[in-house]
Amino acid sequence: MTKTDLMTRSEQKSSLDWLAVVAFLAIAATYVRAVWFTPPELLQGYAQKIMYVHVPAAWVAFLSFALTALAGGFWLFLKDPRLDRFAESSAEVGVIFTTVVLITGPIWAKPIWGAWWVWDARLTLTLFLWFLFLGYLVLRGAVHEHETRARYSAIVGILGALLIPFIHLSVYLFRTMHPMPIVANPDGIDMPPVMIKTFFLALFSFTLLYAAFVRARYAIAAERDALDDAAAADR
Amino acid sequence: MSAPAASVPGIFGAAWVIARKDLAIEFRTRSAFLSALVLSLISIVIFFFAWDPTAVGAVDLAPGVLWVTFTFSGLLGMHRSFGVESHDRAMDALLVAPVAREAIFLGKGFANLVFVVGVQAIALPAVALFYNLPVGGAFLGLAGVMLLAAIGLTCVGTLFAGMTANTRMAELLLPVLALPFFVPVVMPAATITARLLAGRPLEESMAWLRLLLAFDLVFVWACTLAFPFTLED
Repeated sequence: MTKTDLMTRSEQKSSLDWLAVVAFLAIAATYVRAVWFTPPELLQGYAQKIMYVHVPAAWVAFLSFALTALAGGFWLFLKDPRLDRFAESSAEVGVIFTTVVLITGPIWAKPIWGAWWVWDARLTLTLFLWFLFLGYLVLRGAVHEHETRARYSAIVGILGALLIPFIHLSVYLFRTMHPMPIVANPDGIDMPPVMIKTFFLALFSFTLLYAAFVRARYAIAAERDALDDAAAADR
Repeated sequence: MSAPAASVPGIFGAAWVIARKDLAIEFRTRSAFLSALVLSLISIVIFFFAWDPTAVGAVDLAPGVLWVTFTFSGLLGMHRSFGVESHDRAMDALLVAPVAREAIFLGKGFANLVFVVGVQAIALPAVALFYNLPVGGAFLGLAGVMLLAAIGLTCVGTLFAGMTANTRMAELLLPVLALPFFVPVVMPAATITARLLAGRPLEESMAWLRLLLAFDLVFVWACTLAFPFTLED
């Protein structure tokens, strides 16, 4: 396959991405419901509404990293380039969602906790997760040979999955040794049903959005790999 | 040396031969060790001038100084451990040697451990001297914690050094990759150091010590298994 073949192929494929459309509609529905049809919380007021962004983003962040590690683990045995492309896409989307978590968290924490940042166990864990996967992406960018890149990424992904419990334990120990004055408990267990419904709608629509992003990113990775292979064949 | 030079040694024998080779190179050139040592001493001195002794006591500051210093100077040595193999493609010679790949990792890791412990052995007295620290009573506990932490740091650092050695900007990539992995090592180590220096017994820090030990066990095992996958067939 030559480069021109690839270009026409990618032009032909530019039809409507139905998954992305559905995901964006679901996100829109979530926020219409969250803003207009879900009452504000009694104690936190409107600040609580950020939960419909923050918590689903955190869910997607952890999901994407778990899937990245899993795909890496399977790659080591199956050596299927699709697994590596999926890991790459999932990690990149995960970094975006983790960034959303790390930005929305302080916005909520300032009025509720009285500080932008608190070294709470979960916050710290998320921050380190972010560092870990930024490192993962930097590593991917530094290796060009496909198989080597896949191999290295798989190892960092798996070791990262092993590392998370250790970071969690250490930040937990650290926090319990230095208790912080936490005004409000972020756990949303005692939510009225109307909020729970909105919350689960948000979880669902964010997961759809994750799938749509990964699918789009995967297509880019596949095109790039094909282009690399074609360039190598032309040489 | 138990195995005669002509026969093929077992995994630990081979690891020892590789470690000895690395240490011999380092002992003869001393380039990385001296750089790491100078870096440690300079950072200890810089920390001193960034410090207001009337606001923070030396005992509270020293654990941070020690562990920041150990972490970065250790990275310097680990980066070098695979750097020496890239010259003249010495790594290929190591790979065709009839030894297990795990042995290469264990050998490199052990040499790095000696390197880090060597830096620690000079940096700790330097901090004690410059910051006027009463280390005496806590010395045994401190030495144990430093050794446990050094094992954790070197096993992860050696694995990533092996991976990044072949990439562009290896010297930047190694810290970016390795530092998140150092968190569950440095956090317990610095906390225990702080408590020991404050004159509290080691028994108070058992939870941290267990965490450190568990990290060492899991990651020495995991990195040894993962290392063969970093090499090309």
